[in-house]
Amino acid sequence: MTDTTPSSFTTHGLHTSAAAQARMRRRYAAERRFRLYGIAAIVAALGVLAVLLFTIVSQGYTAFVNTEIELEVYVDPADFSFEGTTPTSEEIGAGNYRNLLSSALQENLPDADAPGAARDLRGILSGQAYRQLRETLLADPSLIGQRVSMSFLASSDIDQAFKGNTPRDVPEERRRVSNLQYEWMDYLENQGQISTSFNSNLFTQADSRQPEQAGLWGAIVGSFYLMLVVAVLSIPLGVGAAIYLEEFAPKNRLTSFIEININNLAAVPSIIFGLLGLAVFIQVFGLPRSAPLVGGLALTLMTLPTIIIAARASLRSIPPSIREAAYGLGASKMQMVFHHVLPLALPGILTGSIIGLAQALGETAPLLMIGMNAFITSAPDSMFSPSTALPSQIYIWADSSERGFVERTSAGIMVLLGFLILMNATAIFLRKRFEKRW
Amino acid sequence: MNYETKTAEKLMAAENIGETKMQARDVRVSYGDTEALHGVNLDVRHNEVLALIGPSGCGKSTFLRCLNRMNDTIDICRISGEITLDGQNIYDRSIDPVQLRARVGMVFQKPNPFPKSIFDNVAYGPRIHGFTRDKEELRQIVETSLRRAGLWKEVHDRLDEPGTGLSGGQQQRLCIARAIAVNPEVILMDEPCSALDPIATALIEELIDEIKQSYTIVIVTHNMQQAARVSRRTAFFHLGNLVEVGETEQIFTNPGDQRTQDYITGRFG
Repeated sequence: MTDTTPSSFTTHGLHTSAAAQARMRRRYAAERRFRLYGIAAIVAALGVLAVLLFTIVSQGYTAFVNTEIELEVYVDPADFSFEGTTPTSEEIGAGNYRNLLSSALQENLPDADAPGAARDLRGILSGQAYRQLRETLLADPSLIGQRVSMSFLASSDIDQAFKGNTPRDVPEERRRVSNLQYEWMDYLENQGQISTSFNSNLFTQADSRQPEQAGLWGAIVGSFYLMLVVAVLSIPLGVGAAIYLEEFAPKNRLTSFIEININNLAAVPSIIFGLLGLAVFIQVFGLPRSAPLVGGLALTLMTLPTIIIAARASLRSIPPSIREAAYGLGASKMQMVFHHVLPLALPGILTGSIIGLAQALGETAPLLMIGMNAFITSAPDSMFSPSTALPSQIYIWADSSERGFVERTSAGIMVLLGFLILMNATAIFLRKRFEKRW
Repeated sequence: MNYETKTAEKLMAAENIGETKMQARDVRVSYGDTEALHGVNLDVRHNEVLALIGPSGCGKSTFLRCLNRMNDTIDICRISGEITLDGQNIYDRSIDPVQLRARVGMVFQKPNPFPKSIFDNVAYGPRIHGFTRDKEELRQIVETSLRRAGLWKEVHDRLDEPGTGLSGGQQQRLCIARAIAVNPEVILMDEPCSALDPIATALIEELIDEIKQSYTIVIVTHNMQQAARVSRRTAFFHLGNLVEVGETEQIFTNPGDQRTQDYITGRFG
């Protein structure tokens, strides 16, 4: 044996010589270098993320407030046509609110009767202002003939100018807000009649052509219906398929072929699933276009492979000792799986499922294919009514050129990110809650 | 027939030591293309402790796992030959491996309690086999099993704590209690003390000594002193063959085969 041993092996100080010290130093240097690369990678990733978040937040935070103008309106009975002594709601509804509000503006603003000012005057308030006044009067008809002080929603142009999103120091013909409107804005500001407040439209209204009236509610409801369809279909199907494939299916050519195809499906571009949804669910089965049901079905197809793969990995990670213990006591295969393996794998399965759902929540391409990017001004009232979803609403707004939609695009992204963070936090919570110590 | 009378009957049957409980004839096992056992003939007698010894990879664990068809759960494993339990071939089509494993229980090398409470660990077997009528009966079985496994005193006031929180030795005794709770006829033990310290090992050995009156026990061990201490008969396996089997005292003092002699004197293995 000794004759084959290299000579260095027998010398003393093999691990203490200067050469050995140098080897140790090189080993530690390599370790330090590797750690440095890791830190650099993390810092770079965090930096990019910070830039992204900063851009979104700095562009979008102003969308959470709206500009309102406080006006005193004289509700002139001359603008209504009353026949009886008590005004009916139809008569109140048919009043000339345009005239009421422009008279109020003329009263409140200086130089409002200057030649050519009428057009500038019309651009001050949002179309919603008429509805605001009408609803107030419908609620309390006794205000007719009185002077009413109310906050009215400003138009998007005024809103953007007041929030400082559009530059003032460009020639007038290249601005959407005229010099006269700016003068009025400054006047109202000095009087304390113009201010910003929380933009409730963003969370209560559906899409609109007018940015100041557009909101995400329709998209949130649409996304909720989508998630409902995806969760109800893909979690039971996916987990069931995973349990069968992992625990019960015989290991043969057919099952390995299925396994390969599931892995491949997870990598198929999502727009293909959209095309499939269009061709199968809409063309063949005749389901309605733009409906959350169809979108949910397409997203279910997309989410299934993710859930199956995550659930299988989770089932596979349960140690064989637990399976043997159950078998050793005379448990059948099904008892072994459902009493021991599945409960232990559940945290992992739940996490995988929620991550899959979160992925589906943020998916846009399949929704474009089945028409969930339509312009829809009311929230859907069922799974069959046309709707948008959060990502497709962001897509629609990103396509609009008005400055008001630019900030709402970023606000929509923030809301979507908020929902995603919520879902991922739920996944982490569930995992921590149900995880069993060994 | 309830649990208590069954156990009592078993205790009476303890007098029948010497009758064949399980019989293996020409048992061959192969994993894929490699044969691990080359035709083993071995009898397990009623209410005896039979020790299987031999160097690593000799096939003793493989043989043990054939006795309750645990090898069925391994896809590539092929078994031929005949193993009988009370004269009935356990590899016969009419035998349900699930039912067989209730009659031939098993304790594994590494303590593997379920990540459930101590009570639920022991109660699991009776529950799935459904031989308790009410909660009180189940509680009694759990208590009896834990008492027999010598664990009752240590855990009686914390039955709802997780079984995985016990020490290694306690976990292994919990696994034995869990196996006893099903009231099997034969208990297979696959190196039950190899992961335990000497004190825990001594406790398990005492336990085996006590329960051998009611159960037929087959134990695989690497520890020859253990085999000498707990078993009545010892079988020596080498390279997939059963080399010799006999009274433990005879195997350790006067082995019939040179290989046995070499192994027990520490020349290999």
